[in-house]
Amino acid sequence: MAFMTIAGRAPHPRALLLLSFAGAVLFFGGWHLLVATGAVSAQTLPSPVTVLATAWRLAFEPFAGHTLLEHILASLGRFAMGFLLAAAIGVPLGLAMGRFPLLDDIVSPIFEALRFIAPLAWVPFAALWFGTGIGGPVMVIFAGAFPPCLINAYRGAKLVELRLVEAAQTLGAGGLRIMAEVLLPGALPSIVAGLRVSAGLAWQSLVGAELIVASAGIGYVMVQAQSNLAPAIVMAGMLSVGAIGLAIDVALRRAERLVRARWGQT
Amino acid sequence: MKDIRFENVTKSFPTRSGRPFVAIRDVSLTVAEREFVAVVGPSGSGKTTLMRMAAGLDRPTEGSVRVGGREVTAPGPDRAVVFQQFALFPWKSVRENIAFGLRCKGVPRARQDEIVAHYLKLMSMEGTEDRFPHQLSGGMQQRVAIARSYAIEPDVLLMDEPFGALDAQTRTVMQEELVRLTRKEPRTVLFITHAVDEAVYLADRVVVLARDPGRLREIVDIRPTREAEEWGARPIEEVMDLPSFTHLRTHLWRLLRDQIRPDD
Repeated sequence: MAFMTIAGRAPHPRALLLLSFAGAVLFFGGWHLLVATGAVSAQTLPSPVTVLATAWRLAFEPFAGHTLLEHILASLGRFAMGFLLAAAIGVPLGLAMGRFPLLDDIVSPIFEALRFIAPLAWVPFAALWFGTGIGGPVMVIFAGAFPPCLINAYRGAKLVELRLVEAAQTLGAGGLRIMAEVLLPGALPSIVAGLRVSAGLAWQSLVGAELIVASAGIGYVMVQAQSNLAPAIVMAGMLSVGAIGLAIDVALRRAERLVRARWGQT
Repeated sequence: MKDIRFENVTKSFPTRSGRPFVAIRDVSLTVAEREFVAVVGPSGSGKTTLMRMAAGLDRPTEGSVRVGGREVTAPGPDRAVVFQQFALFPWKSVRENIAFGLRCKGVPRARQDEIVAHYLKLMSMEGTEDRFPHQLSGGMQQRVAIARSYAIEPDVLLMDEPFGALDAQTRTVMQEELVRLTRKEPRTVLFITHAVDEAVYLADRVVVLARDPGRLREIVDIRPTREAEEWGARPIEEVMDLPSFTHLRTHLWRLLRDQIRPDD
């Protein structure tokens, strides 16, 4: 992990695994003890076992209209739409801005101003304009996911060596081919890193958006559980958010490594 | 096949001080069809600028550059460039690198494969087609770059210190191979180098530039000597040992020497 490399020490993989495991045991063990000893009422803070059991139960038993799996799928669907939309627009736009200074000068000021509006701050606007069905939440996710897509594609394109672009030009490549075959692959390591950050932000924004606007989804489950005074369900929701977020990150981290290896940058 | 004509070409670049930097002043030069012209000069004499203008990567401030009678305004596949740092696409295999220009031209797939195979054989690189540039030595990479340029059958080949990044032994082998290649498939070549012996060995004529600003100093014709002593029939190390070769090299070296300052 990053902080380990800053300390200048690369721990043995097995030691690292052991340490991570110790951390988890300490955290969940402490939490369990807190509840088991009665220091905190189980009504306020359910034990980790209860949370797990609740999550398992919700997998079969509908809550707020759907099973947990259906809620997760609803969330993932929104996530995919917002994230893919952000990537589909952000990456080509970023590459083009890296290539054409004029476009850069036009887009950059607006972008710089807009990106300080936090994804959650888009919620009221998104709800008014795109509704609370599909459009609103997707727009919020888009707002969260878009900046890293654009910024990393832009930076990646800037880092592509000029002579590769020139070589392509002298070999007869047109603008589109240069974008697709020189800038995109050249910027790919940076783009994939951006997509990973972007996916994390998208997933976080999604749950935030669902707290406010949705009729299904993990965020919605948590809000409903809160008004039903069911902390175990709230925490089962949090558990799912964390687990899925981690899974997305691990998958994209792997993709990033593959790209780097393929590009000879290991 | 086409010639390259520089007509009263001046190239200046804007600087922060407001006074433009003149890289090339009033250069007129013709590289005839199928002629191999090497340009030597001290750093700051505008060698690379000259090449870039022929490629269409830079435009002259004054004068014109014509290739085959047509004014050069943009890069194009009729003028292939071989760069010093190879400029291979790192994410493309050897085959894909060589085929890149062919795909741009819309050459059918089967024909592409034939051409790629032809140049791999010519550059003695069979069996490397699926490797990636970072898996190859510098000399191999430059072979791929030369093959990539040759494959699109350009009228004109522009080479910017193509062997500058190679070690001495590899460089010698590459020089010999380039001679072999240009004899087999002659092109109009503008070859930029700072190595005098390389210029004498490879070129039909050697153009010497002076610096500050970059301008034409002298043009030396190598052909009479080469033909009289049949350089083409001898290995490179033997040619470079001939008195006639040494004589030309010394002559060129003297032209360059008085321009090189101690701070270079």
